[in-house]
Amino acid sequence: MSVDIQTVKRVARLARIAVSEEDAARMTGELNTILGFVEQLNEVDVSGVEPMTSVTPMAMRKREDVVNDGNKAADIVANAPATEENFFLVPKVVE
Amino acid sequence: MSDLTRLTIAEARAKLRAKEISAAEITDAYLAAIDQANPRLNAYVAVTHDKARDMAKASDARLAKGEGKALEGIPLGIKDLFATEGVHTQACSHVLDGFKPRYESTVTSNLWADGAVMLGKLNMDEFAMGSSNETSYYGPVINPWRRSRVQTTVKPTFHDGSAGFVKPGGVEENRSYDNMQLVPGGSSGGSAAAVSAFLCAGATATDTGGSIRQPAAFTGTVGIKPTYGRVSRWGVVAFASSLDQAGPIARDVRDAAILLKSMASVDARDTTSVDRPVPDYEAALGRPIKGMKVGIPREYRVGGMPEEIEALWQQGIAWLKDAGAEIVDISLPHTKYALPAYYIVAPAEASSNLARYDGVRYGLRVPGKDIVDMYEKTRAAGFGREVKRRIMIGTYVLSAGYYDAYYLQAQKVRTLIKKDFEDVFAAGVDVILTPATPSAAFGVADQDMAADPVKMYLNDVFTVTVNMAGLPGISVPAGLDSHGLPLGLQLIGRPFDEETLFQTAHVIEKAAGRFEANQWW
Repeated sequence: MSVDIQTVKRVARLARIAVSEEDAARMTGELNTILGFVEQLNEVDVSGVEPMTSVTPMAMRKREDVVNDGNKAADIVANAPATEENFFLVPKVVE
Repeated sequence: MSDLTRLTIAEARAKLRAKEISAAEITDAYLAAIDQANPRLNAYVAVTHDKARDMAKASDARLAKGEGKALEGIPLGIKDLFATEGVHTQACSHVLDGFKPRYESTVTSNLWADGAVMLGKLNMDEFAMGSSNETSYYGPVINPWRRSRVQTTVKPTFHDGSAGFVKPGGVEENRSYDNMQLVPGGSSGGSAAAVSAFLCAGATATDTGGSIRQPAAFTGTVGIKPTYGRVSRWGVVAFASSLDQAGPIARDVRDAAILLKSMASVDARDTTSVDRPVPDYEAALGRPIKGMKVGIPREYRVGGMPEEIEALWQQGIAWLKDAGAEIVDISLPHTKYALPAYYIVAPAEASSNLARYDGVRYGLRVPGKDIVDMYEKTRAAGFGREVKRRIMIGTYVLSAGYYDAYYLQAQKVRTLIKKDFEDVFAAGVDVILTPATPSAAFGVADQDMAADPVKMYLNDVFTVTVNMAGLPGISVPAGLDSHGLPLGLQLIGRPFDEETLFQTAHVIEKAAGRFEANQWW
């Protein structure tokens, strides 16, 4: 399988990365090189094989459903580019 | 006083406990070495002079009271991927500009609790994506090792004519060093270069496809990727969560064992960390390997592998045989599919993990006409080429219509890769010996690799299987190539059997000796 420039632009949109015409053209070539490389996986007979979900067999550890951390609003917003009264500020999303 | 930066962790530990040296002295020696060398090597992206001196002072106070901990007063470098409270933590990416976490990673918390001193944050490939440390926003790290060749000059015997005075001639050997800059490998290139160049006593690193073991091999240092779950990932910037694992890079096997003991722990904040006691890894050193079954996988004899790598591998086999190990040929039939499967699984996980860098909560923000435009511009400006490439691949293989063909197929192949190892271990093999890398360190801005991303990916051909199967792997220096550059051997063990890796690597280290770069920095 290979991708064309339209697909690259669509994927970039899904990934929320702005790409110029030039970027998209370059990425098309790079992505096709990589997709060409991974193509060989189709040779492998995987009939009856379960896809891996966990590399070490382990049961999900659970904990008590209690509040054990919090009251850190100032810490949480400390690194944000724009905040006001412990809220993250973003461009207007609703008209 | 001799140069304190030359002491191994084990040596420094003994001298600190005996009060022959102080933590302040050894810390100052490292800070001076960093200030002198970093403009040339670019191993550190942030040096924490004041914090280091404060921590050293606290260590000296504890040592004076006889309350020194396992790593008391030992100065370490920390990969920029680990969250360190109030200190530069940016995964060497532009998108995390200015990020100073309000919390500490579990690994670094463990190290500080054991008395270690932080020297600063180490350079790395952006978000740990790379095999040469060239994708860092802060520029490449330079390998302390340089190519060299032996020059022989024949000197005639000199007689000055007077009776009895003769200056004997003979063959004189000199190494002449090439000025070409080499990469230290990646992604933990800063960690490996700093350890190799005596700019820290040891370093933290992380390994998703070979990022501890390949740079260790390129710099003549020891690096271990522990079993998945041995070390907490909490507070480590995520790349591919099912593959990422932290471990140490150190000057020798003993130091790596000492560091891993402190780094490893079960952690309520990482549900994939494993609740089993951390052994005293150091105690495994010196145990005889007589009767140990060492597997030699035939699939690791890849086409185009340099003869020197093959010769190194044979040498490793001979050393282990001499020490009484039993050598057995084994087969890991799905080896060649590990790298292509990795380049589906790792980018898929990365595309999801890196979705959080959106210009809202931390780091860089590039304004846009609306929120989506802001996201897209921020991510376009904040991520480097390699990171974007992997996010794009990951987004593509997870997108509707392609998920089964790529992602599901890769996860099934991964099951088969793991089964290869399980079969071999079930047949009684204790440890597997392979080369660590298909070549020695290459040049900065290598044209071949710049032109074809897959060429760079092939650096991890021997290491990536271990991450796919969640196993522990150690890289130990084993010799020099014809250019005088270090080469490493890799040992792969059963899950949670890091002790056997340290035990066996120690045998190789004793036979091979240790390797130091000729100091020019």
